[in-house]
Amino acid sequence: MSEYLLRAVDIVKNFAGVKALQGVSLDIKPGEIHCLAGENGCGKSTLIKVISGVYQPDGGYIEFNGQRYTSITPRESIAMGIQVIYQDFAIFPNLTVMENLAFNTELAAGHKFVNKKRMRQIATEALSKINFDVELDRLVGSLSVAEKQMVAICRALMFDAKLIIMDEPTTALTKKEVAALFEIILKLKAQGIAILFVSHKLNEVFEISERFTILRSGQLIATGNTSDLDDKKFTFYMTGREFEDVKFKPAFEAEKPVLEVKNLTVPGAFEDVSFELKPGQILGITGLLDSGRTELSLALFGLRKASGGDILMKGQKVTIENPRDAIAAGIGLVPEDRLSEGLFLPQPISDNIVISEIDGLSGALSVVDRKRRQDEVDKWVRDLAIATPNPDNACTTLSGGNQQRIVLAKWLACKPDVLILNGPTVGVDIGSKHDIHAILQRLANQGMAVIIISDDLPEVLENCSDLLVMRAGRIVAQLDPATTDEALVLQHMM
Amino acid sequence: MKSIRKFTGRVEFYIGLVLVALCLLIQVRSGQFFTPNNIVDILSALVVPGIFAVGEFMVIVSGGFDVSFPALASLSAYATTKLFLNMNYEGSALLPLLVAVLIGAVLGALNGLFIGYFELPAMIVTLGTSSVFKGFMQGTLNSKQLAVIPQGMRSFGTSAIFVAQNAQSGLTSRMPMTFICFVLVLIAAWFILTRTMFGRGIYAVGGNAVSAHRAGFNVKRTRFFMFVFVGMISALAGMCRTCMMQQMHPTNMLGMEMNIIAGVVLGGTAVVGGSGTLLGCMLGTALIVVVENSMILIGIPTVWKDFFVGALIIIGTGISAMRVYAANRPGARSLRKEAAK
Repeated sequence: MSEYLLRAVDIVKNFAGVKALQGVSLDIKPGEIHCLAGENGCGKSTLIKVISGVYQPDGGYIEFNGQRYTSITPRESIAMGIQVIYQDFAIFPNLTVMENLAFNTELAAGHKFVNKKRMRQIATEALSKINFDVELDRLVGSLSVAEKQMVAICRALMFDAKLIIMDEPTTALTKKEVAALFEIILKLKAQGIAILFVSHKLNEVFEISERFTILRSGQLIATGNTSDLDDKKFTFYMTGREFEDVKFKPAFEAEKPVLEVKNLTVPGAFEDVSFELKPGQILGITGLLDSGRTELSLALFGLRKASGGDILMKGQKVTIENPRDAIAAGIGLVPEDRLSEGLFLPQPISDNIVISEIDGLSGALSVVDRKRRQDEVDKWVRDLAIATPNPDNACTTLSGGNQQRIVLAKWLACKPDVLILNGPTVGVDIGSKHDIHAILQRLANQGMAVIIISDDLPEVLENCSDLLVMRAGRIVAQLDPATTDEALVLQHMM
Repeated sequence: MKSIRKFTGRVEFYIGLVLVALCLLIQVRSGQFFTPNNIVDILSALVVPGIFAVGEFMVIVSGGFDVSFPALASLSAYATTKLFLNMNYEGSALLPLLVAVLIGAVLGALNGLFIGYFELPAMIVTLGTSSVFKGFMQGTLNSKQLAVIPQGMRSFGTSAIFVAQNAQSGLTSRMPMTFICFVLVLIAAWFILTRTMFGRGIYAVGGNAVSAHRAGFNVKRTRFFMFVFVGMISALAGMCRTCMMQQMHPTNMLGMEMNIIAGVVLGGTAVVGGSGTLLGCMLGTALIVVVENSMILIGIPTVWKDFFVGALIIIGTGISAMRVYAANRPGARSLRKEAAK
């Protein structure tokens, strides 16, 4: 019996000339919580797929319980006790909890006919492993994201799992749900199950893991005990760059507010919300998922109908009933889900950048002036350092961070007075996150008023000049980020 | 209380309600709907669309659309009828039925090969095979209307389980033997879909094909055998139609696919695949059949038939779309949470 449950040694994997993994090693001890971190495209997913048998490595070997394999099949991987919980959980939303839990076992046993009694038994047993309580006959599609994840975990536990790999499990969870998940992870650890936790969120890595491995561009950068790691090192390992945390300080103090919101109410979402925003300010709005923060951003952009209250731009009352009104009034919104709400993913990067200012680029007869369009595209690709070989490539070819920059470019091109960003760095890697923060601070210093809506507390504390906390549809606190810490903000949020 | 709400929240409930309301309306206006012979006529008219709908239902649940079944049914039934005519066959209908089902299985396997193993979209493949089947029938088999069909098939088509008579008018209607085929297909499909892992696999594939593969379903084989089965029952429907009409008209069934798809979708089957019930599928199909057959009873000329079928589809699917929209509307979530407290 070796010291390690799993060792992946010098794994090499190439895809059509692209070196996805260049001799990466990963060691996992029995019953440990190990964090695998790295920016998008660093080879994390490829490594997981090699371990779970989906990909066959081009070099290196895998050792499981001292047994050496040059490659494994998915079936062998499962038989050895390796289970992967994918980001999409690999569940069937159209089927019941019972069927979702029991299918794998039933199929593995080669049963041809449905036996509800046996399936119910399997499902009940699976749920009891983590004491998860849910109606067996409910459709999985009607469960919350966290509940779906629990179903996926229960299912993974049924095969005598020794190692559970969780691929960015906290992405769509609220703070409370993350806490519940961590509790379960600790419970699993107590049962001797090792967890490989894939994440690029700093605070989670520190909170849950005992050891870490960090990859960058297909290479192993660092591995060791999490206790030896700090924020600065972590960020450096991830990105290969040093960042200085710049606390935002407004460069100037404007006299008059550009945006005033008075007693704004959207029934069922939030009520009686008032605040004002001056040019050069960055206002943070934070709160839990159902606090009404997202609805507030949508209402300011004309996507949610307000039943009462006023919105004033530069002292003038404006009526905002749809996004066009909002754009005309000088308000831009970078939405929460940039993939479905902010970008035309299959379309070229260039078209995505100019889409909002297309009217301004057209000459006589509303024909788009190609040269001016090209100038504009070049300018933004340069200004925001969008990493692309060709702006005419589709947006799908970019990483999350670069996609977010395009959404930003799109709005900056219209020169709004007020720019609202909802979760500006969700799903964005650390390097891009810093860059985006720097861009926002620069914009504010150039005179734009910015609103950041986010539940990433370090983000709002660091980048905002003022902070509003929302709870259950109301503003419950107005804080000064310079004198506030996370614990205090959390207190107001809960 | 909970179970009642569960029941009334289902599409099947609404579609059943509409069906009953329509029947009552026709009854009130004409006094002729709930007569024994009219009911039997409706059921007899349901046989062929009903069997087709079962096949289409399975395909839609698996996440695709099949538009080739009328051509497939025509080709199988035509080839079988012609073959047995040339043989001067005089036995029972059983052998021709078996041969047709076998041909249907082969043609269905062709669909299944492209859709299952080559992973091409079902709609595109079946559009193609539909033309191929038609072309083969009209070109290679040189299809013409066959005014006579073998004796065994004729007697199968005309024999009745029982005869219903209208006490007032004295009109009679026969409940055809083919109705038994329909019932058998329904039972077989119900058993496969709810009681076998293969059937649950069809739902799983329709819900999420990648997950189905990871869970251990053989996605390719599931799709393949499903299309073989759909080919078999479509061919059976084609034979039922031929026997009941007492003649083989090669192009008579072509064009039925849209109404069949409409009926299945009207019955609450999700067009994206993965959910729906046979009950709903049958209610939706029955609704279309009733509209097609009974508008005349309330004095609406048959030229308006297409209009009403179309309106029904738009309203029916519109209502279910609105219910989905209402359930997903932002704000509905927090309201529901309030209600749960």
